[in-house]
Amino acid sequence: MTSSLPGAILAATTPALPDNVGYVAAAYLVFFALVLIYVVIMAAKLVRFERDLAELNELADTRGSVPADREREREEAGAR
Amino acid sequence: MLYGTRLRALSIATLVTMTVAFALAFFYAPMDADQGFMQKIFYVHVPLAMVALGGFVFGGIMAVQHLRTRDPRYDLRSYVAIHLSLVLGAGVLITGAIWAKASWGHWWVWDEPTLVSFLIVFLLYATYQPMRFSIDDPERQARYASVFAVTAGAFVPLNFLAVRLAQAYTHPRVFATADGGLPPRMQWTFLVCLAGMTLLYVTLWRYEMTSKNTSAKLRALRRKLAGDDAVAPAGRSAAPSLPST
Repeated sequence: MTSSLPGAILAATTPALPDNVGYVAAAYLVFFALVLIYVVIMAAKLVRFERDLAELNELADTRGSVPADREREREEAGAR
Repeated sequence: MLYGTRLRALSIATLVTMTVAFALAFFYAPMDADQGFMQKIFYVHVPLAMVALGGFVFGGIMAVQHLRTRDPRYDLRSYVAIHLSLVLGAGVLITGAIWAKASWGHWWVWDEPTLVSFLIVFLLYATYQPMRFSIDDPERQARYASVFAVTAGAFVPLNFLAVRLAQAYTHPRVFATADGGLPPRMQWTFLVCLAGMTLLYVTLWRYEMTSKNTSAKLRALRRKLAGDDAVAPAGRSAAPSLPST
């Protein structure tokens, strides 16, 4: 009768873990790790796409502004 | 933006189904009288194996479509299906080895037909990507890969049948027992797990397909905006190349 009261309460209320918990946990962890790795790779691809898209948008904007500048120059020359 | 609302809905459905499935596996399905708690591995291992094998067959069906129509999109679908099934197949082998260790005390048992047959299928498909990579011409690569996918895809159900007909039933057969199958609560749990795993496969397949299509579209857009010089030459790749649209 040397065990402390909280320890005794804890021992009485905590259900014993079933056998082979480690193996079951390992199997589920392997599955979650696989899915997680796949999702991380997908996310990395998505980030690359967003970056490429932003770059192409910028390129399209500069391309679009060149004809507009030329049109303005032509109008100014005509007015003169 | 890149990934549409349908894909988002599919992802949410997958997440919800998987969560419910694993909750059922741990809190609803009864403890197996023979194997005890370790039988819970069944709810992740078996659906994973079934979906992986189904994915190989799906890859074969898409390859048939490719050979019929010569449409490169079918080759891409077949490629992505096989690629994804290989990833899941690796998961099947690892979770199977863990279950074998817990159940029999060995990580691998060579005289067990279920294990060895799955390993054979996995190794067969493991040669798919190197085979693609070894062929330079994209058109020929796609055609040979489709022939491979059809042949190997037909091998999967034959292999499964051969194993079922084999007499050495030392693998823990918890889905078909002598007294008429799983108890209803285990069966329901298993079916929800299978549905979740199928949804996961479909979702990842859709993500991968969207990613490949987006990549091809971005390449085409870059070529249109900046000219051919701005796009690096594709180089040799195992992945199918979609025509620039």
